Amino acid sequence: MPEIRNMTMNFGPQHPAAHGVLRLVLEMDGEVIERADPHIGLLHRATEKLAESKPYNQSIGYMDRLDYVSEMANEHAYVLAIERLLGITPPIRAQYIRVMFDEITRILNHLMWLGAHGLDIGAMTMFLYCFREREDLMDCYEAVSGTRMHATYYRPGGVYRDLPDSMPKYEPSKWHSAKEVEKMNENRRGSLLDFIEDFTRRFPERIDEYETLLTDNRIWKQRTVGIASVSPERALQLGFSGPMLRGSGIEWDLRKKQPYEVYDRIDFDIPVGSNGDCYDRYLVRIEEMRQSNRIIKQCVDWLRNNPGPVIIDDHKLVPPRREEMKDDMESLIHHFKLFTEGYCVPEGEIYAAVEHPKGEFGVYMISDGANKPYRVKIRAAGFAHLAAMDEMVRGHMLADVVAVIGTQDIVFGEVDR
Amino acid sequence: MTTATEQLASQLQERFTDALSTVRIERRQVTVELPAARLLEVCRALRDEAAFHFEQLMDVCGVDYLHYGQADWETEETTSTGFSRGVSIGVYQESTDKPQRFAVVYHLLSLKHNRRLRLRCYTEGNPPRIDSVVDVWNSANWFEREAFDLFGILFDGHPDLRRILTDYGFVGHPFRKDFPLHGNVEVRYDPDKGRVIYQPVTIENRVLVPKVIRHDNRYMIGEPQVEDPRVNA
Repeated sequence: MPEIRNMTMNFGPQHPAAHGVLRLVLEMDGEVIERADPHIGLLHRATEKLAESKPYNQSIGYMDRLDYVSEMANEHAYVLAIERLLGITPPIRAQYIRVMFDEITRILNHLMWLGAHGLDIGAMTMFLYCFREREDLMDCYEAVSGTRMHATYYRPGGVYRDLPDSMPKYEPSKWHSAKEVEKMNENRRGSLLDFIEDFTRRFPERIDEYETLLTDNRIWKQRTVGIASVSPERALQLGFSGPMLRGSGIEWDLRKKQPYEVYDRIDFDIPVGSNGDCYDRYLVRIEEMRQSNRIIKQCVDWLRNNPGPVIIDDHKLVPPRREEMKDDMESLIHHFKLFTEGYCVPEGEIYAAVEHPKGEFGVYMISDGANKPYRVKIRAAGFAHLAAMDEMVRGHMLADVVAVIGTQDIVFGEVDR
Repeated sequence: MTTATEQLASQLQERFTDALSTVRIERRQVTVELPAARLLEVCRALRDEAAFHFEQLMDVCGVDYLHYGQADWETEETTSTGFSRGVSIGVYQESTDKPQRFAVVYHLLSLKHNRRLRLRCYTEGNPPRIDSVVDVWNSANWFEREAFDLFGILFDGHPDLRRILTDYGFVGHPFRKDFPLHGNVEVRYDPDKGRVIYQPVTIENRVLVPKVIRHDNRYMIGEPQVEDPRVNA
């Protein structure tokens, strides 16, 4: 009789289904997983340490690079922490803009998740469909901040600038004739708000398209129903948050329970699952996209009718306008001080959390009264979720590991920080 | 929310009269400091007792208070002397009441009562040690591994205390304040040896923006604003 031994298998770090650089050491009994040991840190950039060596505002850009599919939500928590330490509140219009872009970010994130998750477990078309809509939303990012991904748009005290009156347009090239470009630019003739409103009108139909492909699909259900079920008790013990917690049937959403910005003025529902398996979490995220669409619509309506400032008027914290700087000595001094030294934040500590598309994203910040944070700790939702990988995949087949990575919505930018 | 935090603070003081060193409310968040010896007992009570019911441990992080309140430029007396051109690290020292160097900070969340609590526990000894709370909240597992990796804090009773974020074979604890920002080693391909080697870093650290501490009276929380003498004159 030959000796039977468990096989240890190395999954990643460069594996297309690992969603980045995850090295999983799997102990297998045949095709069944006995133990999973995720090795992370291959994308560790010591963001927190870098933030400690820079004035507060210079680290906003690092936050974009944490979870690089939901950039503005990361910025939001960081900026919120600084604002609470300073004791300032952004103008109401800035709060609406933030809520609108948080929800645009949520849709961006969930589309990326849906596309990649679908691709991982055999639904190739999803990837192409989702990226079609993502393209439109990234154009909104571009219109408002100048970049498609790493926006650095939220600033302590508000947002960098007001929503633009025009959208960037396509130009004829050797791939697109003038006639084609005319058609592509059809919904870009108005302002950014017109473009977003147009998007919210057609997006529900697009979600229906995704659901037609997946929700009742036999293969999709075989791959997700009953896979990696997590009971509500275990979900709490393991520090789950966001859709992972709601999928297990716990109704908990920071936007409702501990509202920040203007979420308490906005009408939306929180979807919850019942079985806590991959399929329920899929349904939760799909419904979240519909709810986000609803929120965006309400924000667009409000923003149309209520012009106003988008950042506070305190030049000890916010740089003055460039025109003022050119012919006003005091503005020049403010500008110089802010961009060389930054501002000092009063001594104290704060934990600011937002409902990030992936769960609770918190920033714990300690200030000793200096112009740089003394300690920044980023609480990334994905870190706690990935820690539960071992428990979730135990007893499942190798192919289910991919489904679990997908359902956890892992992005290594935030896990490794 | 303010009344809820005050209520929580008084409940904590009543229940754990002797176990907690301080209970403070700052910016509508409750912070509790407690001695490391009582940590596990207090955590169990906070999780299980109906009055607290903190089911979730959201975050555990290490903090190194070595350079707390130290700045690179003296700002109080510069009006008469002017700033120096060069930056000397830690030239200015604020008086602080931070007794020990390393602390572990826990962020708890109660879904039932919808409130949060922050626990701070200074570690003891060298290397710093503290009890692990993995048995109370399983989510502490990786967070404690991270604090061990980055700060070198040992968690007694942790089932699997390995490095998590740094490279295999990494030496040192990078988030300690005395660990240089650029690290100690760099890697390059050595054509003679035909492999990638580690060598001491060849770059020097540059301080682009010196750390300064300025007291701005507008943000003094809980203290009356200093009156401007010119107003009455």
